[in-house]
Amino acid sequence: MTQLLIEAGRTEGQYWRDLWRYRELFYFLAWRDLLVRYKQTFVGVSWSLIRPILTMVVLTIVFGKLGKMPSGGRPYPLLVFCGMLPWQFFSTAMTESGNSLVMNSNLITKVYFPRLVITVSSVITSFVDFLISAAFLVLLMIWYHYTPPITVLLLPFFVLLAFGAALGVGLWIAALMVQYRDFRFIVPFVVQFGLYISPVGFQSGVVPERFRLLYSLNPMVGIIDSFRWCLLGAQSIYWPGLAVAVIDVFVLLASGIWYFRKTEQAFADVI
Amino acid sequence: MHNPAFTIENLGKRYTIGHQRANGDGMRHAIEGAIRAPLTWFRNGWPKKLQHVDFWALKDVSLQIQRGEIVGIIGSNGAGKSTLLKILSRITVPTEGRILIDGRVSSLLEVGTGFHQELTGRENIFLNGAILGMSRAEIIRKFDEIVEFSGIEEFLDTPVKRYSSGMYVRLAFAVAAHLEPEILIVDEVLAVGDAAFQRKCLGKMGSFAQTGRTVLFVSHNMEAIRTLCQRVVWLKGGRLYKDGNAAEIVEDYFNSTSNDLSFSCANADYGLSIEKVVLRNDRSEKCCRFRPGDDLVVEISYNAHKRIERPIIALGVFGASGSCFTSNMLLDGHSPKSLEGAGQITCTFKSIPLLPQNYVVKMIIRAASVNDLIVNYQEVAGFSVVGDLAEYGYKGDFRTFAPHSTPVVVPYEWRLPDGTTAAVALTRPHLSDRTDRALMHDPENIVTAASIHGERSLG
Repeated sequence: MTQLLIEAGRTEGQYWRDLWRYRELFYFLAWRDLLVRYKQTFVGVSWSLIRPILTMVVLTIVFGKLGKMPSGGRPYPLLVFCGMLPWQFFSTAMTESGNSLVMNSNLITKVYFPRLVITVSSVITSFVDFLISAAFLVLLMIWYHYTPPITVLLLPFFVLLAFGAALGVGLWIAALMVQYRDFRFIVPFVVQFGLYISPVGFQSGVVPERFRLLYSLNPMVGIIDSFRWCLLGAQSIYWPGLAVAVIDVFVLLASGIWYFRKTEQAFADVI
Repeated sequence: MHNPAFTIENLGKRYTIGHQRANGDGMRHAIEGAIRAPLTWFRNGWPKKLQHVDFWALKDVSLQIQRGEIVGIIGSNGAGKSTLLKILSRITVPTEGRILIDGRVSSLLEVGTGFHQELTGRENIFLNGAILGMSRAEIIRKFDEIVEFSGIEEFLDTPVKRYSSGMYVRLAFAVAAHLEPEILIVDEVLAVGDAAFQRKCLGKMGSFAQTGRTVLFVSHNMEAIRTLCQRVVWLKGGRLYKDGNAAEIVEDYFNSTSNDLSFSCANADYGLSIEKVVLRNDRSEKCCRFRPGDDLVVEISYNAHKRIERPIIALGVFGASGSCFTSNMLLDGHSPKSLEGAGQITCTFKSIPLLPQNYVVKMIIRAASVNDLIVNYQEVAGFSVVGDLAEYGYKGDFRTFAPHSTPVVVPYEWRLPDGTTAAVALTRPHLSDRTDRALMHDPENIVTAASIHGERSLG
């Protein structure tokens, strides 16, 4: 028999078991967001391709043609797209998951389930976009007759890292947004800046060596570099940067879950 | 011996008003401070200290609910009903106290939680089911049943934003009705939908309870509470006020709320204010609970600042199914010559022949010109008729349906083939075992009293 004790000032131990019990809800919420996203649009799912393609074109022109950034002999669009793949995922996941709790406030105030489901499933929704973009990258590689090096097999690990980074930040923002809607304004700002302070349109090799470690504090630097390394064999990997990224992600994720869990109980009262 | 479904001890929930920040410490405050401060200063200047007021939505509530009980929770708005349900369904946490829950809980605090306007009925069944805690396999298994219960097969592939509100509610309840938890928590969800559908829902909840599962049910619909629950918990100001037999507590509750209904209104054009409308019994006591056959006195206290010639007053007594009887000066012609200053008008309805149900009194006051309204037609008081019909000689098997039958009973008499006559009337009971006593005290009454007890006619 399932017994449950709710006591003031104590977090219950059943949380993770509940999360497992509601595992199908991850799927259902993500499914809902995907279904809803392109309803009553004319070109439908194509939107999740149009955005990255246009961004790729613009960044290629700005950084590759006008800025004359080094490409290491690889097609610049490919270089840009490999950077955009994780960045696009990170930024949409951060935005979507940041808004997820507030967007679903009707659920939060009316029905119980681990709130973590909401935020995680919005990252999953963004991950589907990531997969669509990844499929486009394959086409792009075929177009440029580019065979990825063997390191491509390491890609799943870095995808996981990107997922962790997005979720970690997303959990923080989602939980903070419940109380402080200021984050609604902060997030687009961060996304806009992030595109330029992360090596999306250029390679991080152009950053002077002495600033390299400092630059790597942005976890997306390590992640984007690794994506390029995996997919294109571009420049040798900057190991300290990757190590920092891994630590970053771990800290973000752990603290994100901690803060989310800590504030979760009050969500329904505050939202 | 089973454990109780709920054991609630000293439950309390505090909300802080005017100061949203909950108690926190360390990193949280540091981050908040760093992020908030510049923004707040920018908007409001130097931050002022916010007043903070505590409000206990629930306090010292202790309860035990046994497995298989259907418990109704009643109380006026803000009494803490919804807070209690929210805590029990784990949406929010208590500030103090503890709860031990034994069994899988499903809560239904709103019809159609998580329905998405853009999705079709079919898609919403899956989504809503999952949100309420059903597994995918379970939903697929029950899908046809759900669709049938909702009765909206044709619109299954239409986005719910195109649904009428009735269809929406039916679909939503259909999903919820197919949950199979051990404990079901339901908040005022029956307030929506048409009467037929409401009955269907009540039936579903009743049958749910018959399978030995526990139901907690909040409603303002006292009829629903009375028919569905055996036990009622009455919350008042966040505290447990009464707990016990459903029929008794609902009656108490109804009385207390009827007393609260204090009507007053004023019409500046005519300079007439109605100070209050009070219901009294034949002993002139303020009353809102009558027995069938009692006299009902409606006392209207007015204050006419200007002289009003021949105002026309009409009163109506309404039951759930509509108008029962009226008193109308427009018909009887007994309007007062004039009203001036403060005074009272009373109307006594003699021995009201009403079945035990709930009623309201409506009033309208017209000017002599008839077309001009001084006081609009509106509810001015409420009362309930209570009593055991057995005392009135009723002994049919379907007596329990009295709360739903036509409320007015004109005295009538059966004459049967075997020569038996049986008179029925809702006048004051002095019957059966009390016949003799009554006969001694008030011989006239025996003639009018109901006596289906088979008095042999002498002729």
